[in-house]
Amino acid sequence: MAPAKHTTEKEYDDIPGTYVFDADRSRLGYHLNMFCMSLMKAENRKAFKENEEKYLDDRFPQLTREQREAILKRQYNRLLELGGNIYFTAKLGASDGHPFQHLAALMTGSTQQDYADLMLRGGRSVEIKGNRSRSGKYANAGSSIVKAEKAKSKSSKGKKRRG
Amino acid sequence: MARIVAGVTSSHVPAIGAAIDNHRTGEPYWQRVFEGFERSKEWIAKIKPDVCIVVYNDHASAFSVEMIPTFALGTATEFPIADEGWGPRPVPIVKGHPELAAHIAQSVILDEFDLTLCNKMEVDHGLTVPLNLMFGSPKEWPCPVIPLAVNVVMYPPPTGHRCFMLGKAIKKAVESYPEDLKVVIFGTGGMSHQISGQRAGLINSKFDHAFLDNLTKNPQKLVKMDHLEYMREAGAEGVEMVMWLIMRGALDDKVDEVYRFYTVPASNTAVGHIILENRKKAAKKSAPKMKRAAARAKIDRVRS
Repeated sequence: MAPAKHTTEKEYDDIPGTYVFDADRSRLGYHLNMFCMSLMKAENRKAFKENEEKYLDDRFPQLTREQREAILKRQYNRLLELGGNIYFTAKLGASDGHPFQHLAALMTGSTQQDYADLMLRGGRSVEIKGNRSRSGKYANAGSSIVKAEKAKSKSSKGKKRRG
Repeated sequence: MARIVAGVTSSHVPAIGAAIDNHRTGEPYWQRVFEGFERSKEWIAKIKPDVCIVVYNDHASAFSVEMIPTFALGTATEFPIADEGWGPRPVPIVKGHPELAAHIAQSVILDEFDLTLCNKMEVDHGLTVPLNLMFGSPKEWPCPVIPLAVNVVMYPPPTGHRCFMLGKAIKKAVESYPEDLKVVIFGTGGMSHQISGQRAGLINSKFDHAFLDNLTKNPQKLVKMDHLEYMREAGAEGVEMVMWLIMRGALDDKVDEVYRFYTVPASNTAVGHIILENRKKAAKKSAPKMKRAAARAKIDRVRS
């Protein structure tokens, strides 16, 4: 049995709207994620809330200027770009008392209600143009496990699909 | 001997845990999810496993970015419930099965799967939500649980192939344990979801249904799928479905699908659930049962 083939380095950067948390981001975002971990303790959440800038400067002086700013401004996509991981940054949102869908709405440029409605309608479709591939290389890639009945169902859109 | 009789997969969406903890399971939104597990609860009450092996991932609870083990097996006597930032979930402490866990560790490491062993580990919703879905909310969990935490948070997680082969090694390990134990293995997480970035909210039901179909009938097809395809088609966080392949690898090649449930959404995620049983082997039934004491003696002999 052949093992799954490896993807070439960073090929996943082609996935749109996605920041894959790899070993590089893990290293660059180390202090950022450790800051998020600190918020699991009630006393730390309190100290952070009392004076956010002081908390960051006193306890996480190794944060970069960009990371510090993204934390203070709650720029959740920027946090991911700067090495944050969603399971960690979600702790920042939780400390603010927000449900996760609030964060999801911020990251997707939507309102919480619109985002919740999107999910109830079955979520964001991978079939919508631009949801598979930034470069277009994988725009029609589909999945190796989904049977190719796509050509039929999509023909109504008038787009030609190559096998 | 011990044997794995069945495999269960289930999503482990944290909001499901929150719905249970905040007594919101009766709301229509959540009813739709919980109803899908009613038959599963009856099924597992009939099966009465002696031990469950639960394959799951930690969500920045027991492990942070300081240490990121790819496969971490819980060999402790018990596993406290992690405080994920709003106090530990009000669920029973998870009791382990350190003897079987140690036996699995020894067997699979010698089979070249280099596990990290955890004699102290807290467990989060990744493990406790599937227990709730299958066992409800009892005062104590009905059987010991062996946690197997898989890194799917930092890229790359182990490949589907590696997971499948680890499942096979776990099967071999369990079957070489002399005590007569009935084991059910859980693969948790998934199905399609992306909770990060501008593409958050991605769901791919076609992919999920195909994944469920192949999980039962043709896991080899899933084993070949690379991470890029998981992430592109099933969402960045959907890649955690590789954990289901550990469960599948630990079962026989041919299995019976006894139950399946799928619904969208629970919070940001497609909920998928399947129960697979190994086919009963008539010949094996006549194998002599071994009592606990005799089994222990045999283990001691093997170890010394």
